[in-house]
Amino acid sequence: MSDLLGKNYINCEKGLWSWLTTLDHKRIGIMYLIAIVFFAFLGAVFSLILRYELFSAGKDFLTALQYNKVMTYHGAIMTFMVLVPGIPAVLGNILLPLQIGAKDVAFPRLNLLSWYLLILGAAIAIISLFTTGVDTGWTFYAPYSTGSAQSGTIFVVLGAFVMGLASILTGLNFIATIHQLRAKGMTFMRMPLFVWGLYATSIIQIVATPVVGITLLLLVAERVLGVGVFDPKLGGDPILFQHFFWFYSHPVVYLMVLPGMGVISEVVTAFSKKVIFGYKAIVYASVAIAGVGFLVWGHHMFVSGQSDWAGVLFSFITMFVGIPTAVKIFNWMTTLYKGSIEFRTPLLFALGFLFVFAIGGLTGLFLATLSTDMHFHDTYFVVAHFHYTMVGGAVMAVFAGLFYWWPKICGRMYNELQGQIGFAFVFIGFNVTFFPQFILGAMGMPRRYFDYLPEFEHLHAVSTVGSTIVNTGMVILFVVLYRAWKYGEIAGDNPWNATTLEWQTTSPPPHENFTKEMKVTGGPYDYA
Amino acid sequence: MFRLFFISIFSLFSQLAYSKKSVFMPPEASVYARDADQLYSFILNVSAVAFVLIILIIAYFGIKYRRKTLNDKTPNMSHNFALEVVWTIIPALIFFFMFGWGWKLWNQARHSPNGALEIFAEGQKWSWSFNYKSGRTSTNVVYVPVNKPVKFILSSKDVIHSLFLPAFRKKQDAVPGRYTSLWIQPNKEGEYYIFCAEFCGTGHSEMIAKLKVVSFKEYAKWLSNDPYKGLSLSAIGKKTFKTSCVACHSSDSTRKIGPGFGGLWGSTKQFTNNKSALVDETYIRESILNPNAKIVKGFPKGVMPTFKGQLSEKQIRGLVEYIKDLKE
Ligand code: HEC
Ligand SMILES: [Cu+2]
Repeated sequence: MSDLLGKNYINCEKGLWSWLTTLDHKRIGIMYLIAIVFFAFLGAVFSLILRYELFSAGKDFLTALQYNKVMTYHGAIMTFMVLVPGIPAVLGNILLPLQIGAKDVAFPRLNLLSWYLLILGAAIAIISLFTTGVDTGWTFYAPYSTGSAQSGTIFVVLGAFVMGLASILTGLNFIATIHQLRAKGMTFMRMPLFVWGLYATSIIQIVATPVVGITLLLLVAERVLGVGVFDPKLGGDPILFQHFFWFYSHPVVYLMVLPGMGVISEVVTAFSKKVIFGYKAIVYASVAIAGVGFLVWGHHMFVSGQSDWAGVLFSFITMFVGIPTAVKIFNWMTTLYKGSIEFRTPLLFALGFLFVFAIGGLTGLFLATLSTDMHFHDTYFVVAHFHYTMVGGAVMAVFAGLFYWWPKICGRMYNELQGQIGFAFVFIGFNVTFFPQFILGAMGMPRRYFDYLPEFEHLHAVSTVGSTIVNTGMVILFVVLYRAWKYGEIAGDNPWNATTLEWQTTSPPPHENFTKEMKVTGGPYDYA
Repeated sequence: MFRLFFISIFSLFSQLAYSKKSVFMPPEASVYARDADQLYSFILNVSAVAFVLIILIIAYFGIKYRRKTLNDKTPNMSHNFALEVVWTIIPALIFFFMFGWGWKLWNQARHSPNGALEIFAEGQKWSWSFNYKSGRTSTNVVYVPVNKPVKFILSSKDVIHSLFLPAFRKKQDAVPGRYTSLWIQPNKEGEYYIFCAEFCGTGHSEMIAKLKVVSFKEYAKWLSNDPYKGLSLSAIGKKTFKTSCVACHSSDSTRKIGPGFGGLWGSTKQFTNNKSALVDETYIRESILNPNAKIVKGFPKGVMPTFKGQLSEKQIRGLVEYIKDLKE
């Protein structure tokens, strides 16, 4: 980093040790970014292995057991190590204090501890690679996981438990920060929408994660000590596991998507130079999604053997999630109306998000409706649906956010053309990969199949080609960001002429973010 | 690779253009499947229209309001109560209509009519076995008469499996420790796939059975048939092997989940407790009925299920004879 940029959080101290012991939220955010990019790379490698095994019918270069392990690692890494910490811990850490005009988060030491817990948990999980591995699928369903599954399961489950602690602490920290450290004059209804997204997310992290933590411990207790909780042979109930598991893992979907939606709100207003439409509606919608998200877990279990009435109730409540989601989409669309729209990479990703997320949301209707879910449950339709919501939703949003805030984070501008090329690869590749999977699911192809009937082959081939394109796109995007960090042009403090507080300090910001105390006198998006 | 890619895209569109059935769905083999597909088509159409509208509007705004100058003025439109109420209520109405329709069909799907033909279906790693009231059993194939309601009573011997009948648009998990059920009323004769839809381990994707819908006469004949009539013991063994053992054992010496059977007969096996034994009739019989008594070195314990009560004496003898014949 040259001196062109003045003194800032990156160049104020030097050396690896200064990073590993830093309490600066921005530096911790960068460390999260590096760790998560590495995990995502691992997860992506596993996904490519999967896709090439599935390229044609029959056994190609993996055995069924190896395939199951690869499938499990892909899912577990991407969920617990990439998506859950992804937006909150990277973009949240870097931007939350900046957006509310604070010097740092409320508990900087706790913040660093969370990072180490994530790394520790990830290390424990990754150790399992050198044992027998795991082959349970990322859902760890009992009694398979507590009985005949590979013994590496224990490591991954314990790793997920430790990473859960990291997630809880981050949530706690963010809530305290938002309550205590807002700048003078920033009422709750003047907070940027990304902050609202993080707030809703933190609630989920705090309330839901302990449940999965305990569940995972029970799983280990049953497997190692023979305590009968889930396995009927020991007097347990396997469906109980599913209730516990989804009580966390359904809200987790929103944990990934809510801060993503926050990013989209920021980007859409900034690049239309227009007040966001329906600020309050978006706020209430975020909180509503977080709240209702706790009451819908049973929609993963319509055919599990839970009672028919439970199914009806869960289907009914699930429809309520659709409403705030639809409302948000309409709000973003209306924000574009009569705006002054500039098509830069972040906006392309935001619009890509709308495209992909709309498909993800609409296909959710097929799964929320009882009788159609009977057919689609546990088929590729579900695989496609949750990739459209989570990957499409979270990944598009992460890149929208990274490109939008990159000039703030490193003080330098990325190359626009290269960014757009990367976007094109990701957007096209993603749809080519996952759209065919809806069709496969409708045709009746169950998920987690190592081998399949010949009639499914064409679509699998298309999907594999798509996965190659999308992963190429990811590589391009990270190279573009890296090159910007190294060689990009000096961006200036506020290259987008945006109105939120983070743009009112220098780029990159100094160690404690602002040189003067910030005062807020109006809403966050004062463009008119 | 690219050729396959283009052929695939082409075949996809041709499928779309020429199919009379519901888009992308497999053939319908029951009235319920038809009904469920109508709901499916409704959701599909609504979603497609909504999606196209969303994208067209975004594209239109994108073109029309593209930034012209750096100082473009934008209006201060912060909210519009009436508009927001409308666009909350309309999707809500549509969603709850879908919910209600789904509920109605769900009720039909979950309550089997009185007098349905009941068949016990048990999942185990990695096969389905079926048990008729007459005592007739079968593995990985089940015959049912056309136009009669049939109720499968599901259970599992080990982990969770799920009986999935795509042509009937139904599935239900088979859970150890309890019974669940699924009923169908096929209205077309034919052969249909039964997949296992809940991940159950290494052989999950091989756990495929066939549902044969036949005329009542043929069904009755099948039910009273002795499937092994006129077969030699070794042939009975081969048939049993193909349905019950092939998921884990091969008929040559290649290793699958368990050891291959080729050359097994008369060899001496090493066990995990460092003892060894000659493979004879008693050993094979014990391996089938009490598989955990001796564990072959290099193989996991507790993976092979017991077949006690599931295979008849005749089948066990058949297996012994069959294994005797297998060379490396
Ligand atoms: C779920 C997988 C599975 C199925 C199904 C299965 N086995 Fe096994 N079998 C194993 C495993 C694993 C072993 C090795 C461990 C042991 O000795 O128990 C084994 C071992 C054996 C052995 C001892 C082999 C040797 O080399 O000494 C015999 C005999 C045997 N099985 C017979 C059968 C027969 C007959 C059937 C079908 C009726 C069958 N098995 C079905 C998994 C299976
Ligand atoms: Cu199964």
